[in-house]
Amino acid sequence: MSVGTKTPHDAGALHVTGAARYTDDIPTPAGTLHLAFGLSTIARGRITAMDLSAVRAAEGVLDVLVADDLPHDNDVSPSAHDEPLLATGKVHYLGQPIFLVVATSHLAARKAARLSAVEYAEETPILSIDDAIKADSHFEDGPRIYTKGDVQAALSKAKNRLQGSVEIGGQEHFYLEGHAALALPQEGGDMVVHASSQHPTEIQHKVAEALGTPMHSVRVEVRRMGGGFGGKESQGNALCVACAVVAAKHQRPAKMRYDRDDDMTITGKRHEFRIDYDVGFAPDGRLTAVDFTQYARCGWAQDLSLPVADRAMLHADNTYHLEHARITSHRLKTNTQSNTAFRGFGGPQGIVGIERVMDHVAHHLGLDPLEVRRRNFYASGGSISAKTKQTTPYGMAVTDSILDELVGQLEESSDYQARRRAVADWNARNPVLKRGIALTPVKFGISFTLTHLNQAGALVHVYQDGSIHLNHGGTEMGQGLFTKVAQVAASSFGVPLETVKITATDTGKVPNTSATAASSGSDLNGMAVLNACEEIKARIADFLSERAQGAEVRFEAGKVHVGGEVLTFAEAINLAYTNRVSLSATGFYKTPDLAWDRIKGEGRPFFYFAYGAAVSEVVIDTLTGENRILRTDILHDCGRSLNPALDIGQIEGGFVQGAGWLTMEELVWDDTGALKTHAPATYKIPCASDAPDVFNVALWEGENRADTVFKSKAVGEPPLMLGISVWAALSDAIAACGPDYPALDAPATAERVLDACQRLRA
Amino acid sequence: MLKFLLNGETIEAEVGATETLLDFLRERRGLTGTKEGCNEGDCGACSVIVTGEDGVARAMNACILFMPQLAGRAVRTVEGIAGPDGALHPVQQAMVEHHGSQCGFCTPGFITTMAAAHKNGAKDHEDQLAGNLCRCTGYAPILRAAEAASRADVPDWMDDTALTAQAPYPMPESSDALAAWYADHPDATLIGGATDVGLWVTKQLRELGDVAFLARCTDLQQIEETEDGLRIGAACTITQVLDAMRDRHPSMAEMLRRYGSVQVRNAATIGGNIANGSPIGDSPPALIALGATLHLRHGETRREMPLQEFFVEYGKQDRAPGEFVEFVTIPNQRDTLKCYKLSKRHDQDISAVCGCFNIVVAGGSVARARIAFGGMAGTPKRALAVEQALIGKAWSEENMEAALPAFEKDFAPMSDMRASAEYRMQTAKNMLRRAYVESLGVPASVLEVQP
Repeated sequence: MSVGTKTPHDAGALHVTGAARYTDDIPTPAGTLHLAFGLSTIARGRITAMDLSAVRAAEGVLDVLVADDLPHDNDVSPSAHDEPLLATGKVHYLGQPIFLVVATSHLAARKAARLSAVEYAEETPILSIDDAIKADSHFEDGPRIYTKGDVQAALSKAKNRLQGSVEIGGQEHFYLEGHAALALPQEGGDMVVHASSQHPTEIQHKVAEALGTPMHSVRVEVRRMGGGFGGKESQGNALCVACAVVAAKHQRPAKMRYDRDDDMTITGKRHEFRIDYDVGFAPDGRLTAVDFTQYARCGWAQDLSLPVADRAMLHADNTYHLEHARITSHRLKTNTQSNTAFRGFGGPQGIVGIERVMDHVAHHLGLDPLEVRRRNFYASGGSISAKTKQTTPYGMAVTDSILDELVGQLEESSDYQARRRAVADWNARNPVLKRGIALTPVKFGISFTLTHLNQAGALVHVYQDGSIHLNHGGTEMGQGLFTKVAQVAASSFGVPLETVKITATDTGKVPNTSATAASSGSDLNGMAVLNACEEIKARIADFLSERAQGAEVRFEAGKVHVGGEVLTFAEAINLAYTNRVSLSATGFYKTPDLAWDRIKGEGRPFFYFAYGAAVSEVVIDTLTGENRILRTDILHDCGRSLNPALDIGQIEGGFVQGAGWLTMEELVWDDTGALKTHAPATYKIPCASDAPDVFNVALWEGENRADTVFKSKAVGEPPLMLGISVWAALSDAIAACGPDYPALDAPATAERVLDACQRLRA
Repeated sequence: MLKFLLNGETIEAEVGATETLLDFLRERRGLTGTKEGCNEGDCGACSVIVTGEDGVARAMNACILFMPQLAGRAVRTVEGIAGPDGALHPVQQAMVEHHGSQCGFCTPGFITTMAAAHKNGAKDHEDQLAGNLCRCTGYAPILRAAEAASRADVPDWMDDTALTAQAPYPMPESSDALAAWYADHPDATLIGGATDVGLWVTKQLRELGDVAFLARCTDLQQIEETEDGLRIGAACTITQVLDAMRDRHPSMAEMLRRYGSVQVRNAATIGGNIANGSPIGDSPPALIALGATLHLRHGETRREMPLQEFFVEYGKQDRAPGEFVEFVTIPNQRDTLKCYKLSKRHDQDISAVCGCFNIVVAGGSVARARIAFGGMAGTPKRALAVEQALIGKAWSEENMEAALPAFEKDFAPMSDMRASAEYRMQTAKNMLRRAYVESLGVPASVLEVQP
């Protein structure tokens, strides 16, 4: 069976030969126009004058558009209709698109975009979390609060109590392929858009709005993205709308791609957070109450910030059973890029909050942080009686925990206890360099918290020669979704994988799709595809069975068994075709058992949880703060893996991305609101030597208790949070410098590590 | 007319002086396998293999490689890595088998860099691939693939030989010719590797006016051992300098190993690294600590100066229009150099602080000290007060600590996105502490710790 095998990525051979086509690689028709945005140079204020004559006069420029030139809706927001494509008088962040250049080449458009003379009435921008708190600048009426038990009473009764605060920096997606779009005008006002987007339906929706046409006039196609990570869930809307508007106006193809600096300057990033905590705990480290206050810097427009901040609240417990908990969430509006989805979608920040608490409590009590963590774990699923049912702070029962077993197995395979002792010995001998080790677990909720998004469609054709054409609503951004879904189809029909052709995501084939996000790609689309395949199979089986007087029909290993008769798959298909059996079907799937009230903070937002844990060992230099990862061991739960090779790839990559977020990746704005780290020269993502020297990744042997496609579990986001083990290990290493708690903020750059070392040594 | 080899085929084309190879490939040849990731030589997605007159295959960044630099050279892009019959190259095969691609956008750049390393027999995969960013895989499967492929033979289709070709733009063939041309065109821009000038074009969108390329200035591409020391031609690449320093001054070689990436080191020249006047530079502080002398030339007039004197202030060097760096000389000496490069990422990152210490201890006392820093002032700068505080005194912890306040006399660093002023000052001091403890044999480099 194809499912469960380590099949390489379907485009592997295309990737390595350079034949894989991305949006910017699609050959364009003659006369294609190229676009670039002119960007604001201040963070907040009103445009008082805009002289674009030099832009219009520049070589190669055919047209320049401002907001008033747009024919219909001037909005590219995925949610609150608060994000004009081009500024309408007011400027909300430095880098906001204020006009659109149309030119004969990419370079000509870029050059011209810099020639504007814009005057502003400047206002003092709200840039930082502190600025926003002071100005009471936020989205939604007030903070969202989720509560369980009586936090105040439990805190005041607690034997031990600690307060603290942790700063958590944002993160640039740094997908290697920057945003790009190509719009091709069709007859009768129709538009075809090629986009690098995780959300073709939303592109279709926003383009239709901008053109003033029904959605049926717009078709969006996405073959692949050169990385997404959430950064292409909503942030591609602007380019697609710009291209479509220009293509419609000039009746010529229009193409736009962001130069890397523009991409980083214009688009949103992972939300920066501050989390304050007040925690009560028993002498053995068991938490009796915790009160979190989360501050999220959302940027200038709402985008996906509300569900991101919700998910941070929903992961404030991580793997720990909290009897009394309160989570207060402030969604702060600032004059910076509009922060957006990023792998984990707020979950990572929420988890950093409670992992910080675990380390702080363990340090206070002088206990091994692993022991403190373990004492607080949700009980493993099998051992819970109805009476002791454990619930999250939002009232969902946790019945599928495998934490004790998984962490126990990792503790042993990584030799955690012996290495912890070895680290202490090594530190006693080394005055300058210090090692640290930490094990951190992850529990991640799977499903969109906006419940209606948990649906997917598929379209499967079986052609008369037995070849299969597969389409579904998910998009391929490198995660191997297409391969996994093809494996599902191949398994269903019992045919080799080569029989299945994976095709570009296309709003004309499968409508009303959700973004490929929330790790849901294979859960949702895999099931939708399976349903379509099973329907076609049932039709074929019914026909063959009837033809053979009710004989049993089995699809297996490229053959179809009908009673004692064996047909090749192609023979069976041809027979069905010639007997007028329909060989095409749509499939649909919606996740069952979800009920969630995000205002009350009550219900069952997730179908199930994915689990994992990592042990990382690091070394730091206490003279400079320089550091690196020596070894990481991971045990991660993918349920019954659809493709162990692809899942391990997600885990390795997610871990390094998470470790990068919490260590070297630092976003720096100056006090005018200009992003100073807007290119890889200044924004450093991990490179080859930053992966752990020793990197052991294993999959947990088990199956999903929930009824998912072939009992697999989602894997896109959960492993990112395994990178928290590196941050915790750095804190552990710093703790060798003195008796105080390191209270390390993120990202733990060399500078922050040195600061912490010096505080402890002072 | 530019003539060069592209994937084995001879190409003749009219090209602009600052037209990049990346744009040429993608926009004029339809070879879209080579990707634009950053357009500034920092991500490696546009890596190609360039083979020069010496027959050595070098990975380079096509986004900041100007077409005239390729005159007569052989370029191999990702489309030319598989065999003529479509057979995958061993690195391609290994990348598929080891699941080394996910989104695939960085993959062509990895393939070309890996194929160049494979051809050169390089086994230091992490260093070879430091200039190729991947956001998906966490590098583990790519490193496994590189290791697996290293056992396979180099396919014969990877052979490339340079051509004889005219230069389409001024490309002096000797320092004499360069001196004459530059004296006549004093406002022109000289282009060595274009790793800095490239960004003037791709990011600042500048028109450069007159340019001359140093690619054929062979006498400036030599490193010679003379009686007095080492004489390094200005057009020598950082790769060449790194090789020359391995045995002579290994700590400088280790610092240069972290300078840019393979692609950048293969293009960037030592003369450009000095003449562009970066306040950080990396090689200038090391060279200053070694007591290097800079040799400038204008027409037939030559002058020389201690390297530190060349850097007048931020953005201003002691160089007249039409005058160029001809070579730099390093006196022979027993190696006591220690270079400390501090950056957010260990590899391929511009230093926040680069401290170079050449402290000679004789009979327990500091006989000589030359200490220089990048990133601590508007220019690479000597720490004269610190040197004075050390010289003549016993090399002891007490005296070393007593010298630390002198850093405040030498430097008043600034804050930027790389580091705060306070951090720069503190780590500069701590680098002296590191030099001291290392002289006692105490381990102080995280890069040398094994798991």
